[in-house]
Amino acid sequence: MLSYAFKRLLLALLVVLTVSGITFTLTNAAIDPAKALAGESATMADIEAIRKAYGFDRSYLVQYFDWLGGALTGELGESYRMRRPVSVLLLERLPVTMTLGVCALSFALLLSIPLGVVAALKPNSPVDRLALSLSVLGQALPTFWFALMMIILFGVILRWLPISGSDTWLHFVMPSVALGYYATPAFMRLTRAGMIEVLASDYIRTARAKGLRPASVLFKHALRNAVIPVVSLAAVQFGFMLGGSVVIETIFALHGVGFLAWESISRSDIPVVQAIVLLISLFYIVLTLLADLLNAYLDPRIRVA
Amino acid sequence: MATTSTLFGPGRLSPEQMLAPSPTALLRRRIFGHRSLMFGALVLGLMLLMGLGAWFIAPHDPYAQSLATRRLPPIWHAWFWDDPKATWNHVLGTDKVGRDYLSRLIYGARISLLIGVATMLLSGIIGTTLGILAGYFGGRVDLVVTFLITTRLSMPVVMVALAVVALYGSSLEVVILVLGFLLWDRFAVVMRSVTMQARSLDYVTAAQAIGCSTPYILLREILPNILNSLVVVATVEMANAILLEAALSFLGLGVQPPLPSWGLMLSEAKEDMFFSPWMITLPGICLFLLVLSINLLGDGVRDVTAPENRN
Repeated sequence: MLSYAFKRLLLALLVVLTVSGITFTLTNAAIDPAKALAGESATMADIEAIRKAYGFDRSYLVQYFDWLGGALTGELGESYRMRRPVSVLLLERLPVTMTLGVCALSFALLLSIPLGVVAALKPNSPVDRLALSLSVLGQALPTFWFALMMIILFGVILRWLPISGSDTWLHFVMPSVALGYYATPAFMRLTRAGMIEVLASDYIRTARAKGLRPASVLFKHALRNAVIPVVSLAAVQFGFMLGGSVVIETIFALHGVGFLAWESISRSDIPVVQAIVLLISLFYIVLTLLADLLNAYLDPRIRVA
Repeated sequence: MATTSTLFGPGRLSPEQMLAPSPTALLRRRIFGHRSLMFGALVLGLMLLMGLGAWFIAPHDPYAQSLATRRLPPIWHAWFWDDPKATWNHVLGTDKVGRDYLSRLIYGARISLLIGVATMLLSGIIGTTLGILAGYFGGRVDLVVTFLITTRLSMPVVMVALAVVALYGSSLEVVILVLGFLLWDRFAVVMRSVTMQARSLDYVTAAQAIGCSTPYILLREILPNILNSLVVVATVEMANAILLEAALSFLGLGVQPPLPSWGLMLSEAKEDMFFSPWMITLPGICLFLLVLSINLLGDGVRDVTAPENRN
């Protein structure tokens, strides 16, 4: 277990290093940061002065390691446009995105696991077919369009829910549904397949033969084992949701990290963009690392392979 | 006894087997009997026709602005609300600068399909090459490819695409390139695992034993046998690319105006969404139908070619 964990950790570190390198290169190669910082009316002398002051005249590798070293200690530079430290900006916006992510994931799991279980109990029944059709339809629905349609229906026609801002929990209902529904088909199929396999296994037959109550067999014995793969998928999907929050937060004017990303991207505020891409990648890398370690702990076969 | 055993014994076909339909006929029957596959193929075919023949089908020039006919409602407003502004001349109304909405929707199919197919080809070439190499050679090659896949997966697609498109200038070509270089991961993952399975099959061992070259084995023995999975992944990624382009254009950082991209049309209609809801409904329905038809086609191909992988 220890050697597996060590190898997995090493892989994660390498990935962090590569992702940060790609992020830094892509954003820095696109535009001259000194020019972006100086604004349109700046003279060549101004640009030169800024280049010296910010250290943009140093070699590329020195700049990269300077940036990475700063990122490790939480020092992510200063926003070009807002003149505030990036780390402070991120900390301000992170709670909104985290709340959105957790709500969206909960919505997806609460919808898909019961549907998957019901579908697995009676494969090819009308309920199963309905769940499957819904997942096919849902997968083709553009997230941002679905959000707009919800705004028209629940925000404008019915006036049940607020359409922008993040003041109360009601503000998070539509964004969470819009962000979460896209993950439900994957969760549902995985739960369904896992349940069908587990329900056909010997220990379930034994449990039934012992005369345990059906509910106890279903939840205590079957579901517990069937949802193990769902846990690692949930880690992956949570990472994707944080990344996808940029679209949803922009539509609902939720002032989280995604909205900050969109603002900074459209204003070429490079330090903020770099920090956000790195942060979201880090979340994904740590989440998948934890999920893999958990899986290896639960299933010894993975450790050996 | 002896005669019956030679006629019906092992290795011979039974009467039932002799009368049974050929494998091709069975496949044909499975394809045409698959309702959602047929539906997907039909809708996708119509969209293709719409995109290819846009200049012939569209009633108006999709770029022609007209100040006199701005924000005309679609024809059903004449039926239900007796709106005199809704006419057959602009069946689906006009947008805020008076361009015919139906014509723009028809030309929009062209952009979505172009982005979908081009991205699919680019990412497919990258991902399939990596996946087949990793699956066939294993060892260090596999290690490197797995690392590349892990790295790619940990980068948030929408944010990276947005940032790169914004920083390098947004145009159709840049969007295709960015999406092509971001969406190869599923190709690599799936091709890697199916190649691993195919590598140990008898015909591959046989080809190795008679001394076929590695490129020959990869292209002529492995590739044709993993084609089914390739088609399925290709449809998934094509749908994915179309949805992502729409999202990028919707955020104003994808295809640029005045191109009639459905995502861009949604973005332009957003400010009018409370007063002219059809403007935001129609492009969304087009996107939904296109993506649905591609997904149904992919699911159908998987069902028909490998029914055992259905769930």
